[in-house]
Amino acid sequence: MSLSVQPAIPRAREARLDALREEAKRTGTVAERGIAIDGAPTPREPAVGYYGLPMVKPPVWTWQIGLYFFAGGAAGMSSVLALAGLLTGQPISFVTTALTVSTAGAIVSPMLLIADLGRPRRFLHMLRVFKWRSPMSVGAWTLVAFSTCAALALIVAAGASGLGAIGLPERPLHMALFVLVPAAALSGVVLATYTGVLLGATAIPAWSAHHRLLPVHFGIVGLGSAAAIMELLGYRLAPLNAIGLAAAAVETGIGAFIELGRKGPTARALREGRPGLLLRVSGVLTGPLSFLLRLAALIPFAAASFAIGAVISRYGWIWAGRASALDPGETIASQR
Amino acid sequence: MGATPFTLGQNQARHTHVADGTAVGFFTDPTVCIGCKACEVACKEWNQVPEDGFTWTGHSYDNSRSLGASTWRHVKFLEMNRRLGPQIAGPMSGGAGAQNPFGWLFLSDVCKHCEHAGCLEACPTGAIFRTEIDSVYVQDDVCNGCGYCVVGCPFGVIDRRPAQFEGGGGAFKCTFCYDRQIDGLTPACAKACPTESIQFGPLDELRARAEQRVADLQARGFSEARVYDPTDTSVGGIHAFFLLLGPPEELGLPPRPDVPTIHLRGAWLSVAFTSAAALVGACLAFALL
Repeated sequence: MSLSVQPAIPRAREARLDALREEAKRTGTVAERGIAIDGAPTPREPAVGYYGLPMVKPPVWTWQIGLYFFAGGAAGMSSVLALAGLLTGQPISFVTTALTVSTAGAIVSPMLLIADLGRPRRFLHMLRVFKWRSPMSVGAWTLVAFSTCAALALIVAAGASGLGAIGLPERPLHMALFVLVPAAALSGVVLATYTGVLLGATAIPAWSAHHRLLPVHFGIVGLGSAAAIMELLGYRLAPLNAIGLAAAAVETGIGAFIELGRKGPTARALREGRPGLLLRVSGVLTGPLSFLLRLAALIPFAAASFAIGAVISRYGWIWAGRASALDPGETIASQR
Repeated sequence: MGATPFTLGQNQARHTHVADGTAVGFFTDPTVCIGCKACEVACKEWNQVPEDGFTWTGHSYDNSRSLGASTWRHVKFLEMNRRLGPQIAGPMSGGAGAQNPFGWLFLSDVCKHCEHAGCLEACPTGAIFRTEIDSVYVQDDVCNGCGYCVVGCPFGVIDRRPAQFEGGGGAFKCTFCYDRQIDGLTPACAKACPTESIQFGPLDELRARAEQRVADLQARGFSEARVYDPTDTSVGGIHAFFLLLGPPEELGLPPRPDVPTIHLRGAWLSVAFTSAAALVGACLAFALL
């Protein structure tokens, strides 16, 4: 709610004051305004919309949400890696590590979300009802399901290796793992992608225009981040590298699509200003840069580049939404 | 001029719309608004809405900027480089006025109480519900301030109140004076409006009255007169509609608003596609490499 800042006006010289008085005496009016007051009587250059004021409200979310988008995406997709590892006979330590990443994310995510609430003590009100038409409601329930499954799966996986170590039968626990890990993976992919629906199904022009792209983008960034985190934790596996390459390739494509695809005022917020810069930087980090670093076999650098870009891209999209909401021209253009 | 079917005093009459379950609405007519802001004051006083900053905007006599968490009625002051129909615009309208036409229009904006309400659909707690008079109401004791309704509203009406103000943290907007209506009273803004620019009544009756008013104004030379009620978009019509004398954008109203839930189908299909691709892709990568 800040007033638009007026440009500083050079102080009038005595000659200017004399000229103004002469002109006023001669013509009964002063032709030049001299001062461009925002919305001065009868604005000569009509602003877009009503005094250029926004037609839709910008998101009120605080810094926690960008970090949550990253944590939730990486945690959700980590359980997909755990499932793939479990099904293809990777050592149990790989599955346990992937589930640890999932569980860590499942603990951090609700904390970030609760901190963002206007009334954090009422966080349980999220679970009063289930509304499938509200992505926020679906997301809250998905997070509950995912957290439960991931944490239980981690306990069981750790228990299984513990039993195995002391020579007890681990088979019942293994059976349970084949139920819990698929459940974590299924809720995990939804957790990593629903955020695209959350942004897409809003009145914010830059978001709703990309309601089909956002779930793909968030999902692929989540998967790439999960692989990158496993690599940064020391796992150098060909499948992880392949997933990293694929994610970087898709990200390069999405970056090119945003850069070259939509022209005109509806995409202004994605290209211009601070959000535009963030989205370009994150697009390069997750896309071509991490791809090339992988080709050069610099795996840790590629992984770090992708993970950092993934965090930046979430903030880029949130800020782009804010800029887009504040620009009434974008709202009008999106409806024509 | 007998064509105008005004029933003066309807805003002052008691009613039983809540008990009868009749859909009610507002018809706000800027052509008779005098910009007194009695509606803003009445709304603030009745609903005990806290102040939300005192600023000079420079936007004509409008210093409340926009609807928000603590501004539920908002009188817009539009200054235009054109005359409105055959209006007489004072001493300047003859000589100098011909070269320098000027029009001044006031419009009391309010929550639209949409047929398909974006805020209501978005709300994850069930705090927002539709009442028996078809208005959209936020239950303050349920709202946890998640802020999703804020980006769900295609009209930029509802907002989260900053923490430093009373009731801060929750989402607020016009209640349609549900508390007054239960007791058979008209909403505070309509009750206070001295010119009945704000008209309150059963929706069907108001819609008919608005059409009559438009026909009346067009017959008098206001050729651009029309009703702003987006019934042909996914919003499906609004229960607080307006009379306009120009494009809706100039009063900050979106030209073709859509309820954001129309994007759900495409976005969830995208989720299904991405989820399947991620699960299959990851498993294949681990199986083959």
